[in-house]
Order: sequence, then structure tokens, then C-alpha cells
Amino acid sequence: MTTSTDHDLPASGAAGLAGVAARESVAGGRRVRRFTADISAVGEPGLWALGGALALGIILIAGFLAVVAWNGVTTFWPKPIERVELRDGDVLAGVARRAGAYRVGEDVLARLDDGQRAEIEDNLGFAERTLYQTANFDLYGDDFRWVSDFEVAAVSEPADFYYFERQTWGVFIGRIAGMTIDGEARPYDAAVMAREQAAARDRFNEIRRLERRDIGRINHLIERERLAQRRAVLRQGEEAAAPTVAASQARIAELQAEFQVYQARVNEIRERDRRYRVLLEEVGGRTVDAEMSQIVRYFAANELSLPQKIGIYFSRWWEFVSAEPREANTQGGVLPAIFGTVAMTLLMVVFVAPFGVITALYLREYAKQGRLTSIVRISVNNLAGVPSIVYGVFGLGFFAYTMGGTIDQLFYPEALPNPTFGKGGILWASLTLALLTVPVVIVASEEALSAVPRSMREGSLACGASKWQTIRYVVLPKALPGIMTGMILAMARGAGEVAPLMLVGVVKLAPALPIDGFFPFIHLDRSFMHLGFHIFDVGFQSRNSEAGKPMVFVTTLLLLALIVAMNATAIIIRNRLKRRYATGQF
Amino acid sequence: MTTTLDFEPTDYHVTLSPEGPALEIKDFNLWYGAKQALFDNNLEIQKGMVTALIGPSGCGKSTLLRCLNRMNDLVDELRIDGRILVDGFDIYGPGVDVIALRKRMGMVFQKPNPFAMSIYDNISYPLRVDGVTRKSILDETVERALRSAALWEEAKDRLNESALGLSGGQQQRLCIARAVASDPEVLLMDEPCSALDPIATAKIEALINDLKGQYTIVIVTHSMSQAARVSDNTAFMYLGRIIEYGDTETIFTRPRKSRTNDYVTGRFG
Repeated sequence: MTTSTDHDLPASGAAGLAGVAARESVAGGRRVRRFTADISAVGEPGLWALGGALALGIILIAGFLAVVAWNGVTTFWPKPIERVELRDGDVLAGVARRAGAYRVGEDVLARLDDGQRAEIEDNLGFAERTLYQTANFDLYGDDFRWVSDFEVAAVSEPADFYYFERQTWGVFIGRIAGMTIDGEARPYDAAVMAREQAAARDRFNEIRRLERRDIGRINHLIERERLAQRRAVLRQGEEAAAPTVAASQARIAELQAEFQVYQARVNEIRERDRRYRVLLEEVGGRTVDAEMSQIVRYFAANELSLPQKIGIYFSRWWEFVSAEPREANTQGGVLPAIFGTVAMTLLMVVFVAPFGVITALYLREYAKQGRLTSIVRISVNNLAGVPSIVYGVFGLGFFAYTMGGTIDQLFYPEALPNPTFGKGGILWASLTLALLTVPVVIVASEEALSAVPRSMREGSLACGASKWQTIRYVVLPKALPGIMTGMILAMARGAGEVAPLMLVGVVKLAPALPIDGFFPFIHLDRSFMHLGFHIFDVGFQSRNSEAGKPMVFVTTLLLLALIVAMNATAIIIRNRLKRRYATGQF
Repeated sequence: MTTTLDFEPTDYHVTLSPEGPALEIKDFNLWYGAKQALFDNNLEIQKGMVTALIGPSGCGKSTLLRCLNRMNDLVDELRIDGRILVDGFDIYGPGVDVIALRKRMGMVFQKPNPFAMSIYDNISYPLRVDGVTRKSILDETVERALRSAALWEEAKDRLNESALGLSGGQQQRLCIARAVASDPEVLLMDEPCSALDPIATAKIEALINDLKGQYTIVIVTHSMSQAARVSDNTAFMYLGRIIEYGDTETIFTRPRKSRTNDYVTGRFG
């Protein structure tokens, strides 16, 4: 009943007319006029197409985000270790990674018994298989193994199998056969193992700290002395510089003595480390004698309670965002990459903001509008379409080799032939990206400037302000939110760009961050790591792309989160600016 | 062209100021590109009085007003001929400092155009661009300007709030306050009430009456009743020409030109 009233509503609006039409049809037998418009006039199909296009776009983006988020979020969750006995007597232990169907080869089929063959043939020649992460690369020479379902005799989840994440050689999956505590062999004891492993990790971090901070400092000072000597020789000549060189040599000797002290400490700790060991035994019985300090994290994967799993999950996340990578970037953290991405992006904004805004100001406010400005504008827009790798080539040729090479000859001649600025580095990378994103900023700034109402400019000029004062106090503040929007777009573009960076300063592994405690603290000449490049490197350049796959998702997730965070910050700042003024126009 | 316009020199039955003219427009012609917008304009604007420019849309009254502080300089392809004298100086002469000129001419626009700043900053803007930084001077000026624009009572407690939060009428009075803040000699008003409701319009008109005598005011208006209410002298313009100029009462009651009569009686326009 309700539906019919709903249905009647539009018609009842034209009730009188409908009545007339109905009467007409009775009276004269003429065609009854219908009160519905032609479908092409209403435009419904167009609306459906628009809505459909929007829906398709949203589905694609949401699907992409869902895949990245799901894989990224689940990667660090500890999974059980399965012990798989095969029909041919082989045994393996590993973590099931993924499964899928495949077409079984003729030769394999020939070897199977009749029942299995019939089953596969029923299945159109396909069989299920599972990819196990068997780990133990040092013993097997491989990390992964496909196991077909028809090969499997039995699967169990033994309680005494542990999952070890090692400093080198990747993961080990196996039992603990015994330990050596302070040189003395002992049977395995969980509590002792946990305590000693933690102590060993502390020692490991101590060595790292000594090497990084103290030995690093001494190396840095020695290098500085060496360069100072060369500089003195270059400037004053061999003979005149002799006293300076001698004094410097004495300082180097002092530093080297200091170096020896630290080195002795490191060796002492290493010596101690060797006396704390754990004997790992893989499923087939072969053993590996490992130092406890090499074990980053270990757990009995099949015995974990939920809180323990959660603890491992978050400890892995924490390592990911706070530590350096290990195992050719497929394990460990990405802190240097996070740092490099953020530092490079901010530096890029520092370069692109004034450059873009000043260009837009001149183009919009001062330049005489005509054919030339139109050509400039079209060119700027077209620059945004140049492939980014071209910018990379330009950056390498112009910034790194030409500008950097000149800087080296003028200011760092003592370090030659080793380049200081004459190679890729964070400075050149951010300048290259600034060049890449400057069209975005120019276009957005120009639009923001032209959106400032003429009446406001006239008001300012009528007050006796000069053109520059008008721009400075009235036009720019009003245009600032729009300019900020351009910056946000540029930032998003720049932070996600990888191709040009590969030429101008991004490297696979950069142990030294661009900012540290040594004068001048910010080292713009240094190479750096970048999350975008990290994704490429881990996913496609590592020795074992299967091992790197989960890291690709996690790193992508992190990069997306980072860009969202940076943009959100910029948007909040912009909205603050907007709110400061825009309280309504009338 | 069947219309015959008689362009004999306009008769001067103008209310004269004891101090003489503040602005003299002499044989002034203006072209936008190839199109001439003003033809042989001659006008003496009396010091300390309110002069209204009336006429139908597109007759050039705003153009003429915007020439008085050289606001038209912003327009590309503008060409002028003739002179506009302020105290005997030709403002279009060589070596004229346009910025200094504009400081002597406050201007109020058709639509309120407060800057995206606080009320205080809006009004102190003319002084600040002039390099005044002393807080005491700025404070004093802001209060004086707001009082003379009859806005002080409403705005004194919200001086640091955005000027864009004021109502339309308040914004226009703010713009008047800003125009008088630098203590100009002349106040140019380009249809200051066209975007306002009747109550706000009445307030602005009362304000113009208060400011009369203190400043020379030139007001462009569409509303003949407004011209009749606020002005001492009225110039009627048509198609870029000044048809008739005289004291307001005469123009509205006994115009000498038939076209003026047609316009003020509402027969066209």
C-alpha cells in the first residue's frame, strides 16, 4: 500500500492534467499523453556512468589499501612451525607461508601410485601445494620449499621447535640441543637460556655502541687530521707544511692509541661472547653452534599463549621502526630509511617552497601578462609531465657532477679524488625532487594568488600601500592556504618518488645517517636510504625475493602511513591558517 | 544618432566652498584601449563638501572617481588626456608619487573589502605601511578612526578578532574607518551602500553627514535619493560626459538640461 502511494506521488502532482488526458482518451480515442520524460533527457544513464566510475575508482583504491594493510599488518604475527613427514621418508620443519594449486608434471605423475594419480586426474591434473619457510639457509642453501599435498605423510606441531631470528644467516627453525654457559656445556634450561640470551644481546649492543659512537668518533677525527694534512700540503707546499703535518701526525698517533683501547674493549667482549653459545639442531639432526649474542629473538612457536604472541608481534614492529636492517634488508628494521625519507622530503619542501612561491608571485603579480607568460605557464605545466627518471639524469649530471664537482674542487680539494659533493647525496636528491615538484607548487600558488579578490588589492593600494606591501600583507596571507595545498601535493609526490633518487643519492644500505653528532652535524653530502627504494630493493633486488616479500608489504604500509602523517600535519597547519581569517565573508 | 546632446559649458550654480576647490578636473579624456570612456570632463570639487556623481550604469562616474587617486593605473591599456589638479599639482604629471597621492585620498569601495586581519590591524594598516610602529600612535589612531566611523562602541571589545566576522554594514564602516585612519584630505566613495541593507545604508549616510566639513567627500551613487540626502553638489553624467553640475537642490528640482530632468525624475536610467 505504501509503495503504491509513493509511486503515485509524482503523478498526483499532475493529477488534474492526468485527469484531462484520461478524459481525452475516453472521449476521442486519441493517444494518451504520458507524463514521463524521455530517458535521454533525464540523464539517468549518464548519472549511472558517473557513479559507476566513482565506485570503480574507490574499489580499486580501497582494494589496494586493503591488500597492503592486511599483508603488512599480519606479517609480524608469529605463526606455528609444522613438522612435515613426507612419503619418501624425508622430514622438514617450517612455517607454512602460502598454498596454491599447480599442474603436476608428467614425470611426477608417473612416479605416483594409482590412487593418487586418479585423484589428480579427477582434479584436471592439478594438485595443491604449500610453501614452507624451512629457513636454516646456512645448512640447506635455501629458505623455502614447496611441498605438494600428495607427498605428505604426516603433519605435526611439535612443542620443542623454536623459531630463531639471527643476526646473520636469517632464521633458524629447530630444537635446542644444548648450551654452553661461560665455556661450560650444559643441558638446555629455558630460564637460563632466556637470561643469558638477554645478557648476550646487551653485550652485542654494547659492542655496537662502542663501534658506532667511540670508534666512529676516533675514525672521524683521524680522517679529519688526514684531510687537514693534505690541505696544508696543497696550500703551503710540502716543506712549509712539514711542522703542521708533524703535529697532526702526533695527534693521529694519540688517537690511534685511544682507538687501541676501545678496540681492546671490543675484543674482550667478543671473547666473552664466544663462551656463551647455543647448539641448534634442525629437524634432520644436523646442528649449528651459534653464539647467543647472534640470536635476536627466539620463541617456541607452537607453545605461545596469546599475550606472548602479541608481545612478539609488537616487539617485531618496534624493531622494524627503530632498528637498522640486517640480512640484506630482508630482516630487522628500517629506521635509516624512515629517517632518510623524512629528511629528504622536508629538505625538498625547504627548497621548493620559496622557489615555487617566488616564481608564481612574479608570474602572476609582476610579469606583464601576454604571450610570453602564457608560454612560460604552458611550459611549467608540461614540466610536470616529464618522466621522473629524466630529472634523475639531470640531477646527476648537473647537481652532482657539475655543481658538486665544482664545490669539491673549490672547497674539498684535499679529499680528491674521492668526491665529497661530487656524487649523489641527500642535498642533490632533495634538489632534484624540488625541481620535479616545483611545477605543482607554481600552478597551485598561481591559482591561489589569482583567487585573491581584486577588491582586496585595491583596498590596500588605496590605503597608500606599495605593490610589494600589498602582496606581502594582504595577498600572500590570503593566498597562503592555497599555496599550502600546493605544498602538500608536492610533498606527497616527492615522498613517494623513487626512480630519480636511484641516480642521485639513494643507496641500499647507508650505515651513517645524514645527521649525527659530528661537526657540522648535518651532512648533506651523504647518501641515504629511502623507504620507496627499500621496497624496490627488498622486493626485487635481494637474493631471496620470497623472504623479502612480507617486508615489501610492511614497508609499503609504513611509507603510506608516513606520507599520510606528513600530509595530515600540513593539512592541519593549513586549516589553522584558514580558520585564523575565514570567519565568513558577509 | 538622433539624440542631440548640447555640450555647452555647464552653468556654475554650484555651492562654493570658502576654501575653494580641492580637486580640479580639466578637459579630462580617458580611453580603455580604443574605446573612449570619458569625454572632456571638467569639474571643480569644492573643499570640505560632499559632491555626488550620479548617472545611469556605464556612464563613467566610477571611472572618473577612480582617476582621482589613480586607481585606474592598475588597468592595462588605459590612456588618458587632460589634467586633474590637487592643490594646483597635476596628479598625472611627471614624477608624481602615486603612493603619496593615495595617502591623501581615502577610498571606500562598492563592496566592503576588509583585509583578512584583525579589526585593529585593518585600521592601523595605512599607518603601518607608512612605517609607523609606535603602539601608542596606532592605538590612538584606531580609536579615533573607529569613533569617526561610528563603530567604536561595537568594535572596541573585539579589536583583535578577524574583521571578516563583522556584518556587512559594520565591514563597510570599518572600511570607512580605514580610509580616514591616515587622515586624508579627500574621501572617495564608490557606491558605498550598494551592497548594504536600508538600516546599514542609513547609518553610512548619517556618517557621511558627520564627516562633512572634515573631509572633502566625492561619492558615486546609483541612488538619487541618497545623492539628494547627503550631497551639497551633484554632477550628472551620461555616456562619459558631465551633463550638468550644480548644487544638489537645483539639480534635483530645477535642472537646466532635459536629460538631467528625465534622469532625476526617473524617466530613464
